[in-house]
Amino acid sequence: MAGALTVDVVAQDRTLWSGTADRVIAPSVEGEIGLLANHEPVLALLRAGTVRVREGSQTHEFAIEQGFVSFDHNVITIGCTPAESDEG
Amino acid sequence: MGGQQRVYRQRIRSTQSLKKIFRAMELIAASRIGKARDRVTAAAPYAKALTRAISAVATHSSVDHPLTTERTDTNRVAVLVVSADRGMAGAYSANAIREAERLRERLIEQGKEVVHYAVGRRAVSYFNFRHREMAGQWTGGSDAPTLETAREIGNTLYEAFVAPAEEGGVSELHIVYTHFSSMVSQEPRVIRMLPLEIVEGVAEPGEDVEPLYDFEPSPEAVLDAALPRYIEIRVYNCLLQSAASELANRQRAMNTAVSNAEDIIRQYTRLANSARQAEITQEISEIVSGADALAAS
Repeated sequence: MAGALTVDVVAQDRTLWSGTADRVIAPSVEGEIGLLANHEPVLALLRAGTVRVREGSQTHEFAIEQGFVSFDHNVITIGCTPAESDEG
Repeated sequence: MGGQQRVYRQRIRSTQSLKKIFRAMELIAASRIGKARDRVTAAAPYAKALTRAISAVATHSSVDHPLTTERTDTNRVAVLVVSADRGMAGAYSANAIREAERLRERLIEQGKEVVHYAVGRRAVSYFNFRHREMAGQWTGGSDAPTLETAREIGNTLYEAFVAPAEEGGVSELHIVYTHFSSMVSQEPRVIRMLPLEIVEGVAEPGEDVEPLYDFEPSPEAVLDAALPRYIEIRVYNCLLQSAASELANRQRAMNTAVSNAEDIIRQYTRLANSARQAEITQEISEIVSGADALAAS
């Protein structure tokens, strides 16, 4: 089944991933933040760590250096600076 | 013999090799435009997300952040001009610089003191020639700007903006760049980037009231962290747009140069032909009159 969340993971110069997911876990500056559908709108800063996007049994992981996540009406946008910026 | 002809032939040859160079530059520019445009598109989602986030903070919390309020302690303003590293791009750099000069005059009329920042060798040499101080300059790679350059420029500008007045702080930040509207139309534009004017559209029509965001850790911290990124991405966007414009301008200029070269070649070929014909005519008439003279004697 398609996830309930619309997720966009974007870096400054490209889109890393976009699609739907069930759950997103991001390393906020105040601790890991898990986002499920119908979470309240939130805008959080992220520290270095791993963003996990779960879609059914699949998990996508993105190592980031810093960034932010915004959640609004089940649309999640993660703007980030990827770790090892030259991996692409 | 054939002095005149030789001169023409030589000109034709040199014009032909110039034409090849122009053609090559045109093709190179054409092949790079696509990539430059893709980069503009690829950078858009992040800019959009960040803009939305910042306006969310700005509208939902009465944060009095230095970056959103007008500074009154200094009348220095920063102007960043984005130009090309190389010529051969028609009036591209000249247009951007002219726009910057216009902006400068306007700012001086308002009693401001202008601090220049220049991107691209053309703008740098323009200011150097006029002995104007530049607070910052970046050259190299104007047709394929990297995120690192944008970050460096962004940081420099951000630092100038938050610096106290006596250390050369600036109260406003303007960028002059060339907007890439389409392959055939690019125009120089001026944007005032700082202080932020909180009008930028988040208002999707028909949408209910903006959600009340929960900020983590706090609205101030979010704004603090997001604004330098925002400057960076705006600068990056300007650089990418300018790069695409530069390439489009170069392609057009080189296209014109190729057809001019063809015109010149055609013209010289005609001249060379008529010179050859004149020579032949002259030789024939010399032979005929020589034979006549012999026959008459």
